[in-house]
Amino acid sequence: MRKILLGAAGLLGFLVVWQLIPTLGLVDPHYLPYATDVFGRLAEEVRDLAFWRRVRLTMTSWAIGLTVATLAAVALGTVIGMVPFLRRATHTTVEFLRPVPSVALIPLAVLMFGLQMRAALVIIVYAAFWQVFVQVIYGVADVDTVARDTARSFGLTRAERLRYLVLPTALPYLMTGLRLGAAVALILAVTAEMVIGNPGLGRMIELSRSAGDAVGLYGLVVVTGMLGLLVNVVFRFVERRSLAWHQSVLADEATR
Amino acid sequence: MTAVGTGRARPRDLGVQVAENVLFAVGLPVLAVGLWAVWSTRSTNRFLVGPRTLLDAFRQTWIGPAFADDVLPSVYRLLIGLFTSILLGVAAGVVIGRFRPLREILEPLLEFFRAIPPPVLIPVAMLLLGITDTMKVVVIVSGAIWPILLNTIEGVRATDSVMLETAYSFRISRWDRLWRLILPAASPRIMTGVRQALSVALILMVISEMFASSAGLGYRIAYFQRNYLIAEMWSGILLLGLIGVVLAVVFGVVERRVLRWYHGMKEVTRA
Repeated sequence: MRKILLGAAGLLGFLVVWQLIPTLGLVDPHYLPYATDVFGRLAEEVRDLAFWRRVRLTMTSWAIGLTVATLAAVALGTVIGMVPFLRRATHTTVEFLRPVPSVALIPLAVLMFGLQMRAALVIIVYAAFWQVFVQVIYGVADVDTVARDTARSFGLTRAERLRYLVLPTALPYLMTGLRLGAAVALILAVTAEMVIGNPGLGRMIELSRSAGDAVGLYGLVVVTGMLGLLVNVVFRFVERRSLAWHQSVLADEATR
Repeated sequence: MTAVGTGRARPRDLGVQVAENVLFAVGLPVLAVGLWAVWSTRSTNRFLVGPRTLLDAFRQTWIGPAFADDVLPSVYRLLIGLFTSILLGVAAGVVIGRFRPLREILEPLLEFFRAIPPPVLIPVAMLLLGITDTMKVVVIVSGAIWPILLNTIEGVRATDSVMLETAYSFRISRWDRLWRLILPAASPRIMTGVRQALSVALILMVISEMFASSAGLGYRIAYFQRNYLIAEMWSGILLLGLIGVVLAVVFGVVERRVLRWYHGMKEVTRA
């Protein structure tokens, strides 16, 4: 309770400071519009269907990108993580490709797919893939050796080993990867729209900027922040739910 | 791996082992480049180039004056932004992490700021600061600071309370407590934050230059693309990749040095 009150006080304080800065003339309202104006505009926007269409477009490319990246990462990660030979052979390649900033691929994606959602998807998938892939590899490789040898000597089939041994071990890792990947995918979805210009919230931000519409620009920044927050909260919730049986979550609950 | 019945049980020649490691490290990359070279001789795709063309373009584009004009300023801004983020993030993180009321007041606000996709701050920074070098550094800091700040807060919070109380009862000064207890205790988390910040900073460096610049790496790559200079564009992507890899390697070395005690401790508890 105390936490919620203090947190609300913090938010309120921030809004008051925001409102005061242009009011006191510290920054020209053309560059930093009043908080009341920005939220007033937002209240108008949410009644506009065009606004929701943009949100839908951004979230669609986010969802498609994240799904493709996750499927590919889980499939490849499981195979490579389970075979030591492959893990050793791919190590340097992975370590080289992973730090390549995904935005470096934007020009290439534009050339190959034009100013469309598909170009944005290349960037989103590339960025989100590594987040999930690396976690899956760690997770699959983390299987307890004693448990694995036990499973072998009890003659568990490959499918059974996957289901009862690898999956439970790798799931916490996968969930972490998924949460990180979801956040990164959203960043890249918006970024791609800003740079490539495929329709969505990101393009609207860029249009507001070039039109000098500061109120609209700040409003959209707030909206993207809310979307980011929503994605975080949802994925953290899913993570806790799907790992309700896991030691880390159980220990957490016990200490409460 | 089970050692029984394989050659692994016997100590092998050191040379063989080194050769095997090298083979594993370079095998796949060499194979990939080889396939790429063969494939590029028959491909008719205009947007993909062969390794030889790419290397030539790389040499002609980046080695020479372009290095000083476009690459160095970009990297310089990146490093300034990163160091500023680390400094501010750790300093603010220690303060916020140590004072519970402050943490509780700021928590929702910080969560929100972290959730904003950093590149949307570029238009905001352009509006507030104009198209300047300062603006680009500010953009990098405003994106890279959050993972460092939030991880520092968590790390400082998780400082062992028994050790803290011991430090209090021995009247260890505030300064020594900070340098000898709190910061080392938080350092694994801080390093995690810095690693996340690295990739964010690199992204922001590129994007801020694609948006608002007439020089720099990001600008160059976008320029090549708009003018259909395909090989040059690829060479830019390669260079960005190399910068990313170098950053990751340097960070890895620093992390291992800073956290040597921590990794050592983990080994001991595991054994």
